[in-house]
Amino acid sequence: MNGFLNQLPIGLSIGAVLLLAALGLTFTFGQMGVINMAHGEFIMVGAYTAYMLQDWAGHEAVLAALPVAFIVAGLFGVILERTLIRRFYGRPLDTLLLTWGVSLILQQLVRDLIDNRGVQVVAPGWLIGGADLGGIRIPYNRVFILGLAVACLVAIWLYMSRTPAGRRMRAVMQNRELAACSAVRTDRVDQITFFIGSGLAGVAGVALTLVGTISPTLGTKYIVDAFLVVVVGGLGQLRGALIAAFALGMLNSYVEFWTNASLGKVLVFVAIVAFLQARPQGMFVLRSRALT
Amino acid sequence: MFGKSWRRLAPLAVLPALLLAACGGSGDSDGGSSSSDTIKVGLLHSLSGTMAISEVTVRDSELLAIEEINKKGGVLGKQLEPVVEDGASDWPTFAEKAKKLITQDEVATVFGGWTSASRKAMLPVFEGNKALLWYPVQYEGLEQSPYIFYTGATTNQQIVPALDYLAEEGKKKVFLVGSDYVFPRTANKIIKAYAEANGMEILGEEYLPLGSTEVSTIVNKVQQAKPDVVFNTLNGDSNVAFFKQLKSAGIGPDQIPTMSVSIAEEEVKAIGTEYLSGHYVAWNYYQTTDTPANKTFVEAFKAKYGSDKVTSDPMEAGYNAVYLWAAAVEKAGTTDVEAVKKASDGIVIDLPEGKVTIDGATQHVYKTARIGLIGDDGQIKEVWASDGPIKPDPFLKGADYPWASGLSS
Repeated sequence: MNGFLNQLPIGLSIGAVLLLAALGLTFTFGQMGVINMAHGEFIMVGAYTAYMLQDWAGHEAVLAALPVAFIVAGLFGVILERTLIRRFYGRPLDTLLLTWGVSLILQQLVRDLIDNRGVQVVAPGWLIGGADLGGIRIPYNRVFILGLAVACLVAIWLYMSRTPAGRRMRAVMQNRELAACSAVRTDRVDQITFFIGSGLAGVAGVALTLVGTISPTLGTKYIVDAFLVVVVGGLGQLRGALIAAFALGMLNSYVEFWTNASLGKVLVFVAIVAFLQARPQGMFVLRSRALT
Repeated sequence: MFGKSWRRLAPLAVLPALLLAACGGSGDSDGGSSSSDTIKVGLLHSLSGTMAISEVTVRDSELLAIEEINKKGGVLGKQLEPVVEDGASDWPTFAEKAKKLITQDEVATVFGGWTSASRKAMLPVFEGNKALLWYPVQYEGLEQSPYIFYTGATTNQQIVPALDYLAEEGKKKVFLVGSDYVFPRTANKIIKAYAEANGMEILGEEYLPLGSTEVSTIVNKVQQAKPDVVFNTLNGDSNVAFFKQLKSAGIGPDQIPTMSVSIAEEEVKAIGTEYLSGHYVAWNYYQTTDTPANKTFVEAFKAKYGSDKVTSDPMEAGYNAVYLWAAAVEKAGTTDVEAVKKASDGIVIDLPEGKVTIDGATQHVYKTARIGLIGDDGQIKEVWASDGPIKPDPFLKGADYPWASGLSS
């Protein structure tokens, strides 16, 4: 019984990691329709930012890295958007291959410039260990990741629903032409969207340093899962991403508990394929008056 | 619509590949021209990817051995010229690079590999080309290729003695955790056969995809099963996540100790002593092993690579491999593969782990089994050792292992 209950926080924490990794994608993929394969590498950039900050911030590098990684990964995103992706709007297949190439280049750069082996970020002392809650073990680092995911989600929701910039973002995402006609500078909005989306990937990368080793291929481990969350949740839907991330987290956690790690992964994929057969548009659908 | 896009993007798809080839494929060799005053030897390890944490160190110690041999005048009066290739933690790449070393660089022998998956991938290449591979890492046994020399332990020199030790200590309930590939699965098959014959109980058997870091579910299963000991055959980065998660779950070596067969000094340093102190490992050599040859080895290694470097069992086995091959070549008077194989039987050299003898029949070496306890300083202290070097028995066919009779079939 305890084992069963113990899977609950594990599922939540897998869900939180998935949510963090996918949150940025709900913007760039969900709203702008850009299949950004380099999103995983922005996660990696965030993780390596924490690694680089270790020299300066020591054990508190993880905290210090959160804002820095957001900005660094965000800038990477903006540069990518300005220099390349901008020229490929409306050509999803081209963008996919283009960004995949960029992701390979970024990986190789890290191998050549930093370290081709996995490196580690030392977690702050207060994040090591865990608490016992009625026989259920709650590791602190997982609580931190969960809190971080929720904080990012709330911040994004507030931004989207309460600020003029967020309103413009929603306008562009619902009907780009009409927004442009209403004097919204769509290319500026695209830049900001890409900055936030990529920055969130950076934050996810920092969180992942608490889970395991970081290596140049860190992003490739999460990119597929992140896309799954966005597709299952429905494009451009915060609510959908939230539910999909935790549903997949729980599914992962319990299926693995009842079977094993390799088979668990297979069964989760089977479940997702079955779900998408029944509901190809995902859990939630963006209602828009655009003619596309 | 698809056809049109494809045509447009075709040049783009080629671009990253070209860029990668330009920066990634740094050629270490100068083509196939082998000048007559040097002997080329290949070093093939993962210098990138999930296994690089371990394999880079083996390459370093092999380079050290080559440098030492060259300083003493080389082999057959010729200097050794290392050709280094990167297996990139990717098994087909190992096969490809092995082929390149043999056919293009025409090396006399190759020292390489770590995971059994990489060795299994290279095996047909070496057998097909009748070339020699020296494999420096403990493995799961049940193999004996005529073109591979195994300088790491086979099961009766590492896993079986580790189980003997656990049985002696009264640890009867065992939980098996391993990476999902050939070594852990075969090792666990052997452990299960041993357990059945020796009254041990296997409480669980779990595998993690290689490189995976999502270990919490497995740790939870361990926690629920409450074994006396976890027998850990995880490899690479998963170990880091596993021991971190054990610690966050509040499981220390006092509650459930682990016996690991893939964690040596280098990994202890990488994972962090605070997570590993008090856990057990099983190897044939530690940096603390007390022999004159080891003192020289450790000093030379630190002098070459930095005083903060550590030495480990696979590094030592790689270092040994170079010396053993050199001795066999000297004895044969040629680098010809068949002659070297014939000359290898019975070669004895003083190496860091003690006297090492090649067993020509199995192409394995005699090794002393040593159980170690990880200390707070990251060094491993020997707590138990076998009586002298154990004769290699890769198929566990000897009279000492009656329980293993069903394994090799």
